[in-house]
Amino acid sequence: MTAALIALRAILHREALRFVTQRGRFIAALVRPLVWLFIFAAGFRAALGLSITPPYQTYITYEVYIVPGLCGMILLFNGMQSSLSLVYDREMGSMRLLLTSPLPRWWLLTARLIASTTVSLLQCAAFLGVAALWGITLPWQGYLAAIPALFVAGLMLGALGLMLSSFIKQLENFAGVMNFVIFPMFFLSSALYPLWKMAEASPRLRDLCAANPFTQAVELIRFALYGQMNLPALGWTLLALALFGGVALWGYDPARGMVQRKG
Amino acid sequence: MSMTAGLSLQTVSYAFGAKQALRDVSFAVEPGTFCALLGPNGAGKSTLFGLLTRLFTTGQGSITVAGHDLARQPRAALARIGVVFQQPTLDLDLTVRRNLLYFAALHGLAGREAETRSMAALDRLGMAERAGELARNLNGGHRRRMEIARALIHRPAVLLLDEPTVGLDAAARFAITDHVHGLAASGLSVLWATHLTDEVRPADQLVILHRGRVLANGTAADISAGKPLSDVFLAKTGTPA
Repeated sequence: MTAALIALRAILHREALRFVTQRGRFIAALVRPLVWLFIFAAGFRAALGLSITPPYQTYITYEVYIVPGLCGMILLFNGMQSSLSLVYDREMGSMRLLLTSPLPRWWLLTARLIASTTVSLLQCAAFLGVAALWGITLPWQGYLAAIPALFVAGLMLGALGLMLSSFIKQLENFAGVMNFVIFPMFFLSSALYPLWKMAEASPRLRDLCAANPFTQAVELIRFALYGQMNLPALGWTLLALALFGGVALWGYDPARGMVQRKG
Repeated sequence: MSMTAGLSLQTVSYAFGAKQALRDVSFAVEPGTFCALLGPNGAGKSTLFGLLTRLFTTGQGSITVAGHDLARQPRAALARIGVVFQQPTLDLDLTVRRNLLYFAALHGLAGREAETRSMAALDRLGMAERAGELARNLNGGHRRRMEIARALIHRPAVLLLDEPTVGLDAAARFAITDHVHGLAASGLSVLWATHLTDEVRPADQLVILHRGRVLANGTAADISAGKPLSDVFLAKTGTPA
């Protein structure tokens, strides 16, 4: 096995061990979407009428509609949390250790991204499992097709977090990230309401939502959960991944010295 | 340029924007040498460590590690450096052994080889019987020893330690200073940043850094010339050590 793969395996293994040992983190990550599913969606079921649009072939309840968006929410929170924890807390030390490895820096950051996304995937699986117990089941092909879709979406959102972690100095804590990144991305997306519904309120808001990479990620997941491919959503998500990833690598370039300025 | 098998810095400068943190820093640490980098807080020690570990780079001056230029062959140079950072970099929820294996993998070591080397490194620091303990359960001195053991797994030529005794009690401080002098005696080039003069022994190489400049470079005995090192340091820098 090459040095690069040995390192990737170790970074994955470490992330998995941390996931297992920090049970509180796992439960918190699971409770958040479940609250939305059991409480928010139940309350909104009556208020929002949904017509039949792809990928849905029959009338669906609101709970069913927001499941892909809540998967996206897990990925979004985890992506921000794992990347920004690199900068703000104890993880800064482990980042330094990681960067002193003689492997290329882009590979080390990519490996870190793959590892945190894998953990997000496990959380999505747990969430979909609880949703299934609640009676929200999906076609079996959907569960399989969702794996790569969730992975690509998770990488993109993790890359966004990594990019922010290399540039933003002012967001001193996670609350700032919640207010200025997570909430706008989540609410300005198709996670909670379909875009056509948004257009009824304001076409401009609809356009904003459509341009939000998180919308594209959610639609990618939504179609995948029904065993369908949404090519435009995949394309936009990959484009956003390339952009965020590229800027993150640039931000972590040792010649720019961002790591030191905050350390 | 000197091509020492250890560590060599040639006219290294670095500025954070308008603030000049290092000016024309040059010195070399030969194999088998314990070099104390002594400087008050804010002298530029941490900036120097950032450059030596390539957390960031500078266009001014050059750094060579075991003959490899850090700017031109960064990966070959990093492969020969062992680092102990000032802030702890342990996974407290993982065992000592698991922490070491993780680091070994970052240097491309896996399987039996990684196990053997990790155990050998722990043994060298007198930590072998603690391999199975959670890092969280170790006291400060043992955590430091573990980080030093970890920094040796990939058999570096140069060992960098940034104020490694901060926060330790006198006994642990003495034990670790002693251990690392032993590592230097076995052939490593050791660069030990500190602001504590009592960690420096007369035979050690001593580099005094103040406001980003090298004020003195020689053996500690020569620089102190019979006087207490803390007095010499105070006279040179105007800052008590």
